[in-house]
Amino acid sequence: MPLLDIENLTVEFQTAGGVFRAVDGVSLYCEKGEILSIVGESGSGKSVAMLALMGLLPWTAMVTADRMIFDGRELLGMSPEKKRKIVGREMAMIFQEPMSSLNPCFTVGFQIKEMLRQHTDMNRAQRQERAIELLASVGIPAPKERLSVFPHQLSGGMSQRVMIAMATACQPKLLIADEPSTALDVTIQAQILDLLRSFAHEHGMALILITHDMGVVAEMAERVQVQYAGQKVEEQNVVDLFTHPHHPYTAALLSALPERANARRLPSIPGVVPGQYDRPPGCLFEPRCSFATEICRQGAKRQGSGLGHALCNHPLNGPGDDAGEQKQRNKAGATS
Amino acid sequence: MLKFLLSRLAVLIPTFLGVSIIAFSFIRLLPGDPVMLMSGERVMAPERHAEIMHELGYDRPLPVQYLDYLGGVLTGDFGKSVVTKRPVVDDFFKLFPATLELSLCAIIIAVVLGIPAGVLAAVKRGSFFDQTVTGAALVGYSMPIFWWGLLLIIVFSGVLQWTPVSGRISLLYFFKPVTGFMLIDSLLSGQKGAFASAVNHLILPAIVLATIPLAVIARQTRSAMLEVLGEDYVRTARAKGLSPLRVVGLHALRNALIPVITTVGLQVGVLMAGAILTETIFSWPGIGKWMVDSVSRRDYPVIQSGLLIIAGIIMMVNLIVDVLYGLVNPRISHD
Repeated sequence: MPLLDIENLTVEFQTAGGVFRAVDGVSLYCEKGEILSIVGESGSGKSVAMLALMGLLPWTAMVTADRMIFDGRELLGMSPEKKRKIVGREMAMIFQEPMSSLNPCFTVGFQIKEMLRQHTDMNRAQRQERAIELLASVGIPAPKERLSVFPHQLSGGMSQRVMIAMATACQPKLLIADEPSTALDVTIQAQILDLLRSFAHEHGMALILITHDMGVVAEMAERVQVQYAGQKVEEQNVVDLFTHPHHPYTAALLSALPERANARRLPSIPGVVPGQYDRPPGCLFEPRCSFATEICRQGAKRQGSGLGHALCNHPLNGPGDDAGEQKQRNKAGATS
Repeated sequence: MLKFLLSRLAVLIPTFLGVSIIAFSFIRLLPGDPVMLMSGERVMAPERHAEIMHELGYDRPLPVQYLDYLGGVLTGDFGKSVVTKRPVVDDFFKLFPATLELSLCAIIIAVVLGIPAGVLAAVKRGSFFDQTVTGAALVGYSMPIFWWGLLLIIVFSGVLQWTPVSGRISLLYFFKPVTGFMLIDSLLSGQKGAFASAVNHLILPAIVLATIPLAVIARQTRSAMLEVLGEDYVRTARAKGLSPLRVVGLHALRNALIPVITTVGLQVGVLMAGAILTETIFSWPGIGKWMVDSVSRRDYPVIQSGLLIIAGIIMMVNLIVDVLYGLVNPRISHD
């Protein structure tokens, strides 16, 4: 049984212009100790889905799902008191903006020890000792002195290390990292990602890494879930995803990587992610898809595991198939 | 820290000079003079009037009078009241505890009600409670103090007869002031019913005086809280699995209080201005009533020095608030 098993998660917000569906029937699972990456452009609902799991969305959000099971427990309908015993202790999260994610009014030590105070029955001396140990484990020099430092005295990379120390204080079974390195400069990015990977491997902690950076995915992930406009469009292990993408969106994302481009101009995907008012009636990627046909305007079909669960009527790289044949078939479909 | 204090104290010097010039000249712009008003309805011979004016030194040119006054202040002599003949400072500090007691009670009411109301309104944004608080704060802020005071007197003293109309304590009780605070003195006196009487006398003027600061503090707390609740670190606090009470009451409130503390400090000036009206309406024997009475008597030394001392107190309170600010907000240091 997977550590995390979410089926058909939908998150909607009531806005002045009607209901906005940020997450649209996403299913997701994560095994113990696995590194799963969720990829997608801005507005693809990757953060919202994870915030819904953590219960961090504002009360205006309407969260529904068929099931949301974490470590054998159903989170849907669980009382807030009970859920707070899981959130932070067994399931922790770090965010994109480390500098603003730490409370400026409290010392680093207070904020780390607060986590221990909330979820363990360590005494004051034990918490102090554990906090020093945690800061040391995330590679902060002079950890004892750093406990009394305020967040504004730390750099972005240091702040993210503190966030990781805090999130891993109770040795969670799952850590959700929401674009943990996006706000940092490149050399620090690599350090933070290394740190997360080594934590996951050493403690057998599952890691869900939300990113829009395919380079990060290639480096970190074991399995990848691609999201587009609030829907899961493809899911594969990382090697297969990079060699045989099945959804045209995934393929387009990959061909936009600078390393893969062979033309003078960097290829890009035309158009933008549909918003609240311009949602296509059928397949959501259809207006931007070069393989789209008439049937795509009616809806998209979910393919099987052999085709990466692609949400597409014309998946690429099918068995005994290639892009050329694909296009032929499309033409036939369009004329008939 | 020392450098910060010194630089702040240096700013006080021009402010003091400005206040002294304004206080000195404005009261002299009013028609009439203290001697004329002292003589009352009896007509005073012009020779006698000129003689007394000369004795008091009010026949000299204004700049000379001002410099003489300023010289006195710098040597610690704030002058003597024309009416009571007592040093202004003595009168001031005899009456000041009454104003301080009233103002302290008012600011306590404003803070104790205003901050929780603002926090709750922000947490339940858009709810009925929020709209009530926002609306009530707007009404309270816009209400003229003298009208509001009279309204409360009519309802609670006139119609319901729950509270007395004026004074600090019932005439039935008499005891020597120890602290100058009637609430404390009445308890110390041990007389039965004295404390209840003091509270009864205090409650209406304190509510009237608290109204504007309460409205300002509630609104400021609400908007500061709304801003803070959307911050990333509040989400982090919730991601730690902390209770909503701890997230709002500790992580958010601690940050929201930073602007609120400045606001509370600024309300001291509002309280002093409000005290003048409130004390007059309720015949509260404090600085405000004393100043108003002195204006109508054209008691020049009292007005000049009284205003100067009040301004000094307000400036000191603001300085203390600035120092406190550094304690509440770790990002500000006065080193």
